[in-house]
Amino acid sequence: MRRLFPHPLMSIALFAMWMLLNETVAPGPALVGLVLAVAAGWVMTSLRPTRSRIRRPGVILRLALHVIVDIARSNLAVAQVILRPRKDRRQGFLRVQLALRDENALAALACILTATPGTAWVEYDTETGWLLLHVLDLIDEDSWISIIKQRYEQPLMEIFQ
Amino acid sequence: MNHAADLPLWAAIPVALLLLLGSGLALTGSIGLLRLKSFYERLHAPTIGTSYGIFCVLLASVIFFTVMQSRLVMHEVLIGIFVVVTTPVTLMLLGRAALHRDRLEGKDPTHPVEQREAAE
Repeated sequence: MRRLFPHPLMSIALFAMWMLLNETVAPGPALVGLVLAVAAGWVMTSLRPTRSRIRRPGVILRLALHVIVDIARSNLAVAQVILRPRKDRRQGFLRVQLALRDENALAALACILTATPGTAWVEYDTETGWLLLHVLDLIDEDSWISIIKQRYEQPLMEIFQ
Repeated sequence: MNHAADLPLWAAIPVALLLLLGSGLALTGSIGLLRLKSFYERLHAPTIGTSYGIFCVLLASVIFFTVMQSRLVMHEVLIGIFVVVTTPVTLMLLGRAALHRDRLEGKDPTHPVEQREAAE
């Protein structure tokens, strides 16, 4: 099974993408999609990506919900900053020490932080684990750090342990 | 899209509202690009367009084509996924390029705020 599907999750995702693009459940396109998904799994093996185990679907769901709500909130916050500028707004850089080391988990964190308006991922040091962020509306540094660590990093560590 | 007038009213209202909201958010992001002062601040403005801006437009598209073709049209989901997954690449590239330039010019902007304020 492992030899046939070395990257089962990726193969499933590719197959789903193929079916969505074709917008059909006819057997012909489905067969082509299946062949493509399996072949792509073999190609991936020769690229030797870092493997991660993804667990705890419940945590994934809760994290996704948090992210959707947070992005909506920060959309409003950034729109307000742009349309009604305040004099006392303070922008600045923020350093966070991450305990997260898994490459795929870091990629997920990068997607979350960049998709959220108001925080931009600038630099990450793989050796020390320090992450440099730029924050548009830096009210309180400690609360930003605890949001990132507890709301995003903690669940990501549980998912990609 | 000349048969858009065939869209029933109950679907036309949410589609129009979502399109207005989405394009409004994208416009806000563009205004931000003009208004914000520093480069690092301007990095944040377009992310409004790439998060809920695009989400609203895509949702409008899903509703419109699902109602018009009387079947579930979902491939907009892929656009959303690809936008979310690819924005970090450009954003980090731009951010790091700016940081590199600032450091070369000897004005590292990343020193803690307190220190910089004390130095000023």
